[in-house]
Amino acid sequence: MAWETVMGLEVHVELATKSKIFCSCTTEFGGEPNSHCCPVCTGMPGTLPVVNRQVVNYAMKAGIALNCDITRYNKFDRKNYFYPDLPKAYQISQLYLPICRNGRVPIETESGLKKDIRIHEIHMEEDAGKLIHDEFNDETKCDYNRCGVPLIEIVSEPDFRSAEEVIAYLTKLKSTLEYLGVSDCKMQEGSMRADVNLSVRQAGSEEFGTRTEMKNLNSFKAIAKAINFEAKRQIDVIERGGKVIQETRRWDDNKDKSYAMRSKENAQDYRYFPEPDLPPIEIDDQWYNSVKDSLPELAEAKKQRYISEFSLPEYDANMITGQKALADFFEETTALCGNPKEVSNWIMGELMRKLGDEGIEAKDMKLTPKALSTLIGLVEKKTINRNKAKEIFAIAFNEDLDVEKYVKDNNLEQVSDEGLVLEIVKNVIAANSKAVDDYNSGNKKAIGFLMGQCMKELKGKGDPGVVNKLLNQELNK
Amino acid sequence: MEITKEMVAYVAELSRLKLSDEEAETARKGLGEIIGYMDVLNNIDTEGVEPMSHAFAVKNVMRDDVVRPSHDRAELLANAPKADDEAIIVPRTVE
Amino acid sequence: MNITEMTALELGAKIKSGEIKAPDAARAVLDEIKKKDPYYSGGINAYIITLENEAIKRAEEVQAMIDAGELEDSPLAGVPIAIKDNICTKGMKTTCASKILGDFKPPYNATVIEKLNAAGAVIIGKLNMDEFAMGSTGETSFYGETKNPWNHERVTGGSSSGAAAAVAACEAPCALGSDTGGSIRQPASFCGVTGMKPTYGAVSRYGLIAYASSLDQIGPVAKDAADCAAILDIICGKDEMDGTSLDVEHKSYLDSLSGDVSGLKIGIPRQCFGDGLNADVKAAVLGVAETLKSKGAETEEFDMPLIDYAVPTYYIIAAAEASSNLSRFDGVKYGFRADGFEDLTDLYMKTRSEGFGEEVKRRIMLGTFALSTGYYDAYYKKALQVKALIKKVFDEAYEKYDIILFPAAPTTAPKMGESLSDPLKMYLSDIYTVSVNLAGLPGISVPCGFDKDGMPIGAQLVGAPLGDSVILNAAFAYQQLTDHHKKPAEKFGKEAE
Repeated sequence: MAWETVMGLEVHVELATKSKIFCSCTTEFGGEPNSHCCPVCTGMPGTLPVVNRQVVNYAMKAGIALNCDITRYNKFDRKNYFYPDLPKAYQISQLYLPICRNGRVPIETESGLKKDIRIHEIHMEEDAGKLIHDEFNDETKCDYNRCGVPLIEIVSEPDFRSAEEVIAYLTKLKSTLEYLGVSDCKMQEGSMRADVNLSVRQAGSEEFGTRTEMKNLNSFKAIAKAINFEAKRQIDVIERGGKVIQETRRWDDNKDKSYAMRSKENAQDYRYFPEPDLPPIEIDDQWYNSVKDSLPELAEAKKQRYISEFSLPEYDANMITGQKALADFFEETTALCGNPKEVSNWIMGELMRKLGDEGIEAKDMKLTPKALSTLIGLVEKKTINRNKAKEIFAIAFNEDLDVEKYVKDNNLEQVSDEGLVLEIVKNVIAANSKAVDDYNSGNKKAIGFLMGQCMKELKGKGDPGVVNKLLNQELNK
Repeated sequence: MEITKEMVAYVAELSRLKLSDEEAETARKGLGEIIGYMDVLNNIDTEGVEPMSHAFAVKNVMRDDVVRPSHDRAELLANAPKADDEAIIVPRTVE
Repeated sequence: MNITEMTALELGAKIKSGEIKAPDAARAVLDEIKKKDPYYSGGINAYIITLENEAIKRAEEVQAMIDAGELEDSPLAGVPIAIKDNICTKGMKTTCASKILGDFKPPYNATVIEKLNAAGAVIIGKLNMDEFAMGSTGETSFYGETKNPWNHERVTGGSSSGAAAAVAACEAPCALGSDTGGSIRQPASFCGVTGMKPTYGAVSRYGLIAYASSLDQIGPVAKDAADCAAILDIICGKDEMDGTSLDVEHKSYLDSLSGDVSGLKIGIPRQCFGDGLNADVKAAVLGVAETLKSKGAETEEFDMPLIDYAVPTYYIIAAAEASSNLSRFDGVKYGFRADGFEDLTDLYMKTRSEGFGEEVKRRIMLGTFALSTGYYDAYYKKALQVKALIKKVFDEAYEKYDIILFPAAPTTAPKMGESLSDPLKMYLSDIYTVSVNLAGLPGISVPCGFDKDGMPIGAQLVGAPLGDSVILNAAFAYQQLTDHHKKPAEKFGKEAE
């Protein structure tokens, strides 16, 4: 029997505002527990929220970039539940009139499938605090630093059919939000979190199965694993004649499995109602247009521009614009050295390999546009050869390197002096008569060995063109 | 409308209130009477009336995104029935 | 004249002129409290806490400032004021008259407290009230009921029971109360003092421990309308900490008191003078219209439909908001925590069950019900719709009238213990006050006579949105022509001397 997995995503993204959504405390990550707090975000009796305008701007930016309708008259609502990470015992969120609705995100998966994922809504809300468990004393400490950090929740329609699609969507979201500058989207720090609603059904069926919601997914890898695990679990349940129970499940990345959260936590009646402490938000054309006009060039437009303006291959343009940090790096380096083709080649080759090997994101690397542009310039002027440049690149990847000084200090300039090279070529020919004989008897491969010997004598700094020319000249004498 | 024992139990649970059997029965009768009275609102035709949460049309009251110093932590924790130097402490939450 | 019998403005003027020193004023009031207030000696019990040392110290500071020529423009500099105990005072216990707040000392001042401090007022103590401002009699306080200074067998009304009683008993020249469904106007009426609920948003709610956020408003309780105006001048204004506070320019309320009511159009809604209204109350309130008419005001009866629906509408909305606002009291962050709990949920349950009183629990459950799945549309949403209709009725009335006149309560103060056993009856007695909160309007209760038992009666003047100065001026004009507000509630303190 063929099964189909159906998924919808709820993605929480922390907005990169300086201050919290309803008070003036900093949103900075970390800090001593409860050091980024005030009477408002700790829910002291009598305190009141006041909305941070930038939160509305950022939510609107995200909505416009994700092709949503902006709700011109939107409101906040209270979601009521008791938990120690929520000091007011209600979360200020949006239920009845969320700021964005009806969006659309075009995705392309690794295997080349293109489709649109529909966005049901995006709403603004406040984050909750962090609970730190002390197993020894059987106690929990409440750190309210994250309380009131602004979030948007992006709720998709159940349009996903595979983990691959989910990853492609999340990658696209992350890229878009980074381009907009509305979030840093760090999954490890929890500034981007995805909950997956998943059900299975027989292929071809129109009806949805009973879904479960999976939480605590901290990386793309965990998401892919959790999806595959949960789909298999549900299919197993059904094939054994059981029924899937609607529940919230928590993914344990260490054990590679999910388990149901206690049913008591599942039984919820949030009693949403309009937040009486906050007047509604009305977005007129002027406000809407000012936000729309402030939107930066996004990945898709950039990609097209790279193809037409810099003649980059589509594949390369796609890869580079996939991450804002890469695109920024590309543009800054190109501006410095004026050689987009070379910059693109370095990014697609050495840089991608290095990022993959080290497992880091472009935005966290040390490599500067200046270092790469200098390297490219030195290769172009034949001051250094390409192999030396790659060695230097490896160093510059990990530290802020003054490339010119490094080349000078380590005496790495390419040797192009024909007199000097000729002397070495002659010595190599004299010392390797066997290889020379092979060459003369028609084994043209031998020249590669001789070339290598010359470069070795030149400590790798020989200008390959000059060495090649002189070696051929001497051998054919 | 009739308020049942189950409804009282559900509402008490949501409100995090513990009621003895006697209190629950008193609450059932009391709430039933009050809610029964509130049903008079059904006499009013509200078809098409926009629910009004704010009496005045105040809108777009917002603050600038400016960070101000946070509050003294010791003062924020001073009222907690149980806390250490850095945080309020509760019985361990279920994970 | 005895210091404690002066109005706040009279006392302020004497302090300004140097005739009375601010610390002496504070001491005089504190002495009066000591004489009349102690609960266990059968006193009024208007205060939960008096701030003796703090008040004297503060009065000395203010006196030094006055001596240095500061606070020139503050007519109430050096005047003692008492604060309802649901308004946060930094470092000073704030209880909402509830067990659940325990020894809660707020880490911040309410905006109104900051404003009073800046104006040189001297906070003398925190006032008793119905628990979390839920009650119409002053009897639901964890700290014991407040007695009506006119007759200790009678309730003060509520929820600002302490505010009305303290001013009536000369235990404070003036006070701040809060009004969610009549909590200033009704006890002012029962205690024969002047109490005003300003337009919703005129005064910042920041630091007022919320009962029903869309209805709560802080306001003055005083001996007359002029004092109310002087206090409102200090506490009103846009506050960046309260998104619902209004940004409106206005002249000084005090300076606007002209006493001129010629051409003022007063509407008298027929529905507010029908069955269920005590005859003495009816006659006294209608007498206000006659008095103002004698000074050139015009009066007219008119129909105000839907007014009967204000009580259920109010109780659904207020209880719903309260159920959410009071969820934060859970034994974790502040206040009382019950003993002997098994786990976190049990801690919540035990703390809340032991920490809240009956009436508060009743409203929390009522509100939780009105918001719960399956009932939201039929109750909460319905109530918000009826609220819109009630607001419209008022809007239409204000196209014709400047002021609407009706009683503050259907009767004078009932006897102690009569209301608690029948909550629905108590709710219904709020018939004349709750609609004003639903529509966000300003309302003032002025003493307008006495019933056959000698208990005071209050008339309510209700203005259009932001018509605060209009009702203050009408009340001021009325008080220039009458002396009901000058009658002392009791003399036993003096006689004891």
